[in-house]
Amino acid sequence: MSRTSVLERGVTARVIAFLGLFMLVAPLLLLVSGRSADAVTLCLPQKDQNACIAGTMGSRADPIEGVDVILTKPDGSTETQTTEKDGKFAFSVTEAGDYLVGVDADTLPDGSELRPPVEANLRGPDGTIKVSGVQLGQSYGPVLTVRAADFDDSSSKWDEFLQSSVNGIRLGLLLALASIGLSLIYGTTGLSNFAHAEQVTLGGMVAYGLINVLGMGLWIGGVLVVIICAFTGWFQDRVMWQPLRRRGLGLTQMMIVTIGLSLAMQYSFQFFVGADTKRVVVASPTVREFGPIVITDRSLAAMAISAIVLVIVGFALLRTRIGRATRAVSDNPALAQASGIDTDKVIRLVWTVAMGLAGLSGMLYALVVNGIKWDTGLQILLLLFAAVTLGGLGTAFGALLGSLVIGLVVELSPLVIPGDFKYAAALLILILLLLVRPQGLLGRAQRVG
Amino acid sequence: MDDIQGILQAMMRVAVDPTTAAVAIAVIGLNIHFGYTGLLNIGQSAFMLLGAYGFAISITQGWPLLIAILVGLLIAFVFALVLGVPTLKLRGDYLAIVTISAAEIVRYVGRSVGYERLFNLTGGAQGIPGSDYRDPFTNLSFFGNGNTTLLPFNYLDVTESPILRIAGWAIVVGLIWTAVRIGRGKMGMDGIARSVVLSVLGLVTVLLVFFLTPVNQRNTGVNGWWFTVVAWLIVAIGLLLVLGLTRSPWGRALKGVREDEDAMRSLGKNVFAIKMQALVIGGLFGAIGGMMYVLPGSVQPDALGRNITFFCYTALLLGGAATIWGPVLGSLIFFVGRIGIIAIANTYLSSDKYLNIMNGQQTAQFAFIVVGVSLMLLVIFRPQGILGDKRELRFNV
Repeated sequence: MSRTSVLERGVTARVIAFLGLFMLVAPLLLLVSGRSADAVTLCLPQKDQNACIAGTMGSRADPIEGVDVILTKPDGSTETQTTEKDGKFAFSVTEAGDYLVGVDADTLPDGSELRPPVEANLRGPDGTIKVSGVQLGQSYGPVLTVRAADFDDSSSKWDEFLQSSVNGIRLGLLLALASIGLSLIYGTTGLSNFAHAEQVTLGGMVAYGLINVLGMGLWIGGVLVVIICAFTGWFQDRVMWQPLRRRGLGLTQMMIVTIGLSLAMQYSFQFFVGADTKRVVVASPTVREFGPIVITDRSLAAMAISAIVLVIVGFALLRTRIGRATRAVSDNPALAQASGIDTDKVIRLVWTVAMGLAGLSGMLYALVVNGIKWDTGLQILLLLFAAVTLGGLGTAFGALLGSLVIGLVVELSPLVIPGDFKYAAALLILILLLLVRPQGLLGRAQRVG
Repeated sequence: MDDIQGILQAMMRVAVDPTTAAVAIAVIGLNIHFGYTGLLNIGQSAFMLLGAYGFAISITQGWPLLIAILVGLLIAFVFALVLGVPTLKLRGDYLAIVTISAAEIVRYVGRSVGYERLFNLTGGAQGIPGSDYRDPFTNLSFFGNGNTTLLPFNYLDVTESPILRIAGWAIVVGLIWTAVRIGRGKMGMDGIARSVVLSVLGLVTVLLVFFLTPVNQRNTGVNGWWFTVVAWLIVAIGLLLVLGLTRSPWGRALKGVREDEDAMRSLGKNVFAIKMQALVIGGLFGAIGGMMYVLPGSVQPDALGRNITFFCYTALLLGGAATIWGPVLGSLIFFVGRIGIIAIANTYLSSDKYLNIMNGQQTAQFAFIVVGVSLMLLVIFRPQGILGDKRELRFNV
């Protein structure tokens, strides 16, 4: 009796210590963010008087002069403006309703045309762009993009396939870094860690803090990021997960604890760092071309680092003593413990390594896609779960395989279906696979239910 | 004192808000899944979203209100079958992963702009504005126009002195404490006597709260009394249904499945069918909650995303899983508490009068951080919630 109460008190103290530290560490990320001033427009919307429909022909860096922009009003009448040197146009309208913006094709530079918007709902008749539901006192900025008339959207399918495959492998490798940890945690403790994705975000955020704000070098900063993130894993297990395991908290309950942790972390990122995208490195990356494939130097480096780290992890799991112990615990914790393996030590190591890998993944992700946001992890959480389940819950190599499959599905599916279905496609594949092979690609079949 | 009254008023407005009731309905459904049957459904938001879409799209297509409600329910029903067939025979964590994935698929499809025909129905990420589908429901109102304050008189009519208010709140706290003690069976009352005493206590508490924080709303308009009354009436009907269901032999079978599937199977019960029935019924509650949720606002896929599911779980665990009143109590405390935190932060931490350490956006984020941390603490230190029984939550999926 006294033993349990001492234990419970220990848990209380540790959880409070953990939360306290969490709150203390977070302000380190507190950073000031500047807002860019709004672009100057020639029209100012005034409440109940007028609304503005304004924009730029061409890009801000390369504006197009002398284009006739035609505004069609709700009553069918039109108004035309010719763009000045800065390429800007601004209509002031005094009536609410639906407007159409188009250009006089003859005034466009030779050999170019107005590109129709990607969103079906913005496409108006005769190549115009809809500006729907205009209300007085508001500004509207239709995007007019000009491209070469002979621009071939359907560059060879094969080239597109190659490019998407490379992107898919890149995403797959980054997912694999995070999902191996997720899978090992599941294997050794049975816990589905919903806060894992926030650890990925944390990696990117810490990288932003160290490299962008504090100005550290990329390599030193990167190593530090991994060390800090690994420490959060060690610390979490030390103060929270191990005591909770000892106390015998059910797995469902523990999973809900991770959901709470993930909520708290997401909003802490927003609170302390802000809700906009943060770039780790401000400079634009150098682009290389290999035949039809275009890829940045940074992506290549990220893929190489992921691949090397994954090989090291795989080697450690297969060949080292501690790696074998990890696989043994993952396979059957009770038996592993009975045969003299210190399961707590193994689990502590798994948490440390898993969080270090997740942090690395987040940092590389932020470098590759040019930024990190509070919900970056949230967006890939389900891809991680899909990868882990697809490969077989609790199997490290299954997670690797599953991640590559998911990465490829996400990047290749836009060739067949609209781009905004790509995540849905990955999740659908997961559900379909569970129908025919519930244990996943590399999992061992077991009788359930 | 005015600051405090302002905070209390803000909390009270949320307490009568139809969206609070709507989430409570969804949580009642989740309670059937998670609390009674032990199904780890992390996709309750999908049931809500599908119900809302079915309802709103039907009405924008010009179908009558009743048909629209049935369409919403039918879609949720089919969705439950589609989810259940592959997963209910597998281990519990598969259901968790499949439900959350399916919920995300529904959301992605809802916000997609790729197919024009689909987009014309769903409106993409912008969603369907409430004015497109709200009227048939609003037109049913027989509350007339104008504004109404609920009670004929309130504390302002008696005295301005803060002492009365403080005393009033002390009585409220005392009443709730007594009610909880009776509810837990610690006062040695049972049967009809207990129910009667509890109802009287509840009624007095509610009247007293309205007396202390008068709520003035429009009778019929958006977020008026018509919405409030209908929403909470549905909650009451839902509670009665759950009460009946869980006390029936079927309800005991649910708990049996939660406690030990194999034992139930050896008793000749069709565990798969029982789980499926639970999934469908809980999902239908979710769909009704979804319809009610979007009536005062709009159908926006991102508003009914994963976070709503997580809020539902927080509310359920707060009130107490596998209890009748837990979902309602939990939802009330969750939403009222969250607004309370935001209001307190706005008043004391974000104003020049007291401390100014956060800006307007940060107070809302601060509230969510508190929500996340309290969910963790709650599950660690009081997994049975306020009303729950610890023995009922020993299960593992």
